[in-house]
Amino acid sequence: MSRYLRFLVPLAIFAVIAAFLFKGLDENYNPRAIPSPLIGKPVPEFSLPLLEQPDTQITNKDLLGKVYLLNVWATWCVSCRAEHETLVQLGRMNKVDIYGLNWKDDRVAAQAWLRQLGNPYAANIFDKKGRTAIDLGVYGAPETFLVDAQGIIRYKHAGPVSPDLIRDKILPMVAELKKKG
Amino acid sequence: MFVRIFLLSLFFLISVTPLSAATLADYTFEDAQKAADFRNVIEEMRCLVCQNESLAGSNAELAVDLRNEIFDMMTAGQDKDDVIQFMVARYGDFVLYDPPMKPSTYPLWFGPLFLLLIGAVLLIRALRKKSVAQETELSDNEQQRLDTLLKQPSDSKDAKK
Repeated sequence: MSRYLRFLVPLAIFAVIAAFLFKGLDENYNPRAIPSPLIGKPVPEFSLPLLEQPDTQITNKDLLGKVYLLNVWATWCVSCRAEHETLVQLGRMNKVDIYGLNWKDDRVAAQAWLRQLGNPYAANIFDKKGRTAIDLGVYGAPETFLVDAQGIIRYKHAGPVSPDLIRDKILPMVAELKKKG
Repeated sequence: MFVRIFLLSLFFLISVTPLSAATLADYTFEDAQKAADFRNVIEEMRCLVCQNESLAGSNAELAVDLRNEIFDMMTAGQDKDDVIQFMVARYGDFVLYDPPMKPSTYPLWFGPLFLLLIGAVLLIRALRKKSVAQETELSDNEQQRLDTLLKQPSDSKDAKK
């Protein structure tokens, strides 16, 4: 017994370390990601102006009745720029509406960004003070929430979304949520 | 050269310290108890951006916003527990430097004890094995040989080297 143990114990330790290291190879793995307590909870109430039309307010109730992605972004956020092309491509697929939460940003700069890099968003919520972002538990842009037709948050990804993540995780979840209605 | 760098860094150290202290001094309460509670609660919260800093110690923009939010809540009459509830509802137990005891945190609380137990078991086993090995009986032949070896004058042993 103890003869085998001499080999099995180091092997087991190696297997555990290897499993953790392998997890680190996944490009969507973010060691700083914090599990959100908001999964399964409704989108917090908000009433904020649109980025495009300062005089028009948008509330959480306006978004009820459809499955959508809520993407937190800002022009000061470098990773958001890296992510943007992926979102533009997702927008072209016409499979899910993307709403933007423009977080603590400059309105003119944000509008210029969309003109320059393309606008994948159905609309952009302009959260100048960042108060709604706090209610959403946002701690760094970009962050992306998947919300169902009842306004319940079903999934959250912190960090830029990759084409792989969209194909393997987000779009399958969207299809399932849309089936449920 | 080195002296100059040293003096320069000393200068920066001196000039930076009062700056960060001043940001917390902006929060004033009429009630001393409230002020202490505020200090405690932001010390106990982890900053989400710089994950090894407390909310009190971080200069990240989000930390500043959250400090302001907590300050507003407390001046509006809410207490420490309300603030903790507010933060945990948004950011999860992660924000707490003192995590609550519940099934998902059992590994955190009992993991070290578990590892200590494993270590203790291995240690005891190793010690037992050692003492067993020492008590190995010599056969009559071996004992005789040992006795003759021990009886040999020490200088002859040295000569063998």
